[in-house]
Amino acid sequence: MDLKQSKLSNKEIIAAYKVIKETRKLDERLWQLNRIGKSTFNISGQGAEVGQVAMAMAFNSQEDYFLPYYRDMAAVMSFGTTAKDILMGSLGKKDDPASHGRQMPNHYGDKANNVISFSSTVTTQYPLATGIALALQVDKKPGAVLTVTGEGSTAQGDFHEALNFAGVKKLPVVFVIENNGYAISTPNDQEFGTDDLSSRAIGYGIQGRKVDGRDFAETYLAFKEAAEFAKAGGGSTLIVMDVDRLTAHSSDDDQRVYRDKAEIEEMKENDCILMMEEQLLDENILTIEELQEITTSIDQEIEQATLDAEAMPDPEASEIMTHIYETGGH
Amino acid sequence: MAEKTYLEAINLAIKEEMRRDDGVMVFGEDVGGEKGGVFGVTKELAAEFGDERVFNSPLGESEIAGLATGLGIMGHHAIAEFQFADYILPAVNQILSETAKMRYRTAGDYTAPIVMRAPYGGGVRGGFYHSQSTEKIFAGQPGLRIVTPSSVYDAKGLLKAAIRSEDPVLFYEHKKLYRAIKDDIPDEDYTVALDKAKIVKEGTDITVFSYGMMLQFVLKASEKLENQGISVEVVDLVSLYPLDQETIVQAARKTGKVLLVTEDTKEGSIMNNVSSVIAENALFDLDAPIKILAGPESPSMPYAKNLEDAFLVNQDDVLDAMVELAEF
Repeated sequence: MDLKQSKLSNKEIIAAYKVIKETRKLDERLWQLNRIGKSTFNISGQGAEVGQVAMAMAFNSQEDYFLPYYRDMAAVMSFGTTAKDILMGSLGKKDDPASHGRQMPNHYGDKANNVISFSSTVTTQYPLATGIALALQVDKKPGAVLTVTGEGSTAQGDFHEALNFAGVKKLPVVFVIENNGYAISTPNDQEFGTDDLSSRAIGYGIQGRKVDGRDFAETYLAFKEAAEFAKAGGGSTLIVMDVDRLTAHSSDDDQRVYRDKAEIEEMKENDCILMMEEQLLDENILTIEELQEITTSIDQEIEQATLDAEAMPDPEASEIMTHIYETGGH
Repeated sequence: MAEKTYLEAINLAIKEEMRRDDGVMVFGEDVGGEKGGVFGVTKELAAEFGDERVFNSPLGESEIAGLATGLGIMGHHAIAEFQFADYILPAVNQILSETAKMRYRTAGDYTAPIVMRAPYGGGVRGGFYHSQSTEKIFAGQPGLRIVTPSSVYDAKGLLKAAIRSEDPVLFYEHKKLYRAIKDDIPDEDYTVALDKAKIVKEGTDITVFSYGMMLQFVLKASEKLENQGISVEVVDLVSLYPLDQETIVQAARKTGKVLLVTEDTKEGSIMNNVSSVIAENALFDLDAPIKILAGPESPSMPYAKNLEDAFLVNQDDVLDAMVELAEF
C-alpha cells in the first residue's frame, strides 16, 4: 500500500519514519557497543521497525499500555522511550527506566510511558496483559492494551491461557505475534502445524488478522481498527505481523549457521526501511536531500545519546538489597 | 467477640477488606456465583460485591497468577485463589518470574501487591494431589512472602495484612483447619504482622517450632507435658518465607533444645531452612541436636487410610519426640 493510504498526514508519516530510522541506527550502535565489550548482549528488531512503529502509532502512551517483547525497540521508542534511555539499559546504568541496570539489555519497560516491564521468560507478558486490561475494564478507563510476543511463543501455555481468558471477558487487548520466521534457529515449520497463526483466534472467540509488517499503511490501519474495536468494548484481536529478522537471534548467535546465504541476502535487499524510503521519495513526502538530512541528524543524535548515556552513573553496589519488599530488603 | 471457624475468619477478612477497598477483587476456579469456592471460603462474596469483582476464572492457573499480577501492577490488591495448593504448580513460572521479581526488576517502578491463596495440607483423604505442602517450592524466592495462619485469630488478621500489603503474598491455608478449629475473635478491625513468628506458649525446657495442623498437635502435647513438669516454648512460624530469623534464634537459644515439626517431607522443607538458621546462629547455645519430625520421603500422601496415617506425623509422634528431647 502507499504510505498515504494510511490516511496519516505527511508530518505524521515523517515522524514515524524518523523513529524507524533512529531505531535502526541505535540498534547498529548497540551492536558496536557489544562488539567493543561495553555491553554484553544485544537482541535486535532489525527488519521489524516499520511494522512496529506502524503498530505502536495506533496507540497512545497516555491511556494505553504496552507489554512488549525484546525485539520491540522501535515500538517502545514510539511509545516515548528515548535512545539515551535504551543505551542506559544496554550499559546497565542507574537511570535506565526499564530496570535501573538490573535486567539484561532490551528488556524494556518505562513507567512514564506506560510500557510494562518485560522479563526473558517468553509469553508471560500475555497473562499480565489480561490483568492490565481487566483493570481498565473494571475501572471504566478508556485505554487499550497492546502486547507482543514472537511466533515461537505461540507454543507456550501462557499464550493459550491468556487468549482464552481475553475471549471470556472481551478484554480490550491487541495481542500481537511478530512472526520473523525463526525461534532462534527453529524455522516456522518446526514451530507449529498451521500456515496461518491468526486462525487460532477463532477458537478463542476473538478477532484474528494477518498483516505484512513491511507495509506501513496496511499495518497501521489494521492496528488502528483493532485498537478502536478494543476501546469500543468489542474485545480482543490477535494480529500476526510478518516481519524479517535481518540479524542473528542475538549478539550470541550467528544465523549464517542455519540460514541460507541467499535467503539472508534477499531479505537484506528487501529491507523494510529501504522500501519505506523508496515510498517516501515516490510519494513526494520527502526529497533525497531531506532523507539525507534526517540520517545525518539521527547519526548526531545517537552519537550524543551514547556520550550522554556513558556519562551516567552506574547503580550503587549497595542497591543490591533495595526494592525487594515494600520495606526494602529482607 | 464472636466465635468463628478458621474458614469463616478468612471469609470475613475478605469481606471486610472488600468493603474497605473497592480495588480488591477475588477470582479463581469456582469462587464466584452461588458456589463460593469448593471449600466455601468465598461464599456470599459475589452476592455482596457483584460478578465484576468476584468471578470464576477459567481452569488455567498460570493465567490466574498472571491476571492477578497484571491487576496488581494497576494498583488492584487482587486476591487469587488456587483451588488446591497442589494446583499452583502450573503458575510457578508466573509467580517466580513475574510476580516475585516485578518490584526488584523495576527498582520499585512496578509492584504486584496481590494475595494468592492456596489450601494445603493433608489428613483429609485427598490423596496425592489434594494433600501436598507445596510452600517449599516458593521458599527461597526473595520478593515473595509466604505466610500461613495456624489459629482462627491469625486467619483473619494475617489475611487482612496480606491484602493491605504492597508485597505479593502467598497465603497458605491449612484445609484441615478450615472447620477443625473455632475461636472467639474480636469484632474490631485488626491485623497480624506478615513477617513475625509468634511465641504462642512460653516455656523453658524445650522449644518446638511448627505451623498448620501440626501446631495443633504441638499445643496439645505441650499442655500434657506441662502436667508432667516439662515446660515447652511453642513457636508458630507464621512467615514461612522470609523466616523471622531473630525470633527463631532467640527462641532456640532460650531452651537450647529444639524440635521442628512439619507434615511435609523433610528434605528441602521449610523446617530444613529453620534448622539451618538455628545451626548457623545458635549452635553453641544448643544442648541437643536439632530434631526434625516430618513426613517420610515418599513422593506424596497416599489415599488409603492406613497409608495416609503412615505418612502423617500424628499426635503421639509429636508427644514422643517432645519427651525424648526433654530427656536428652
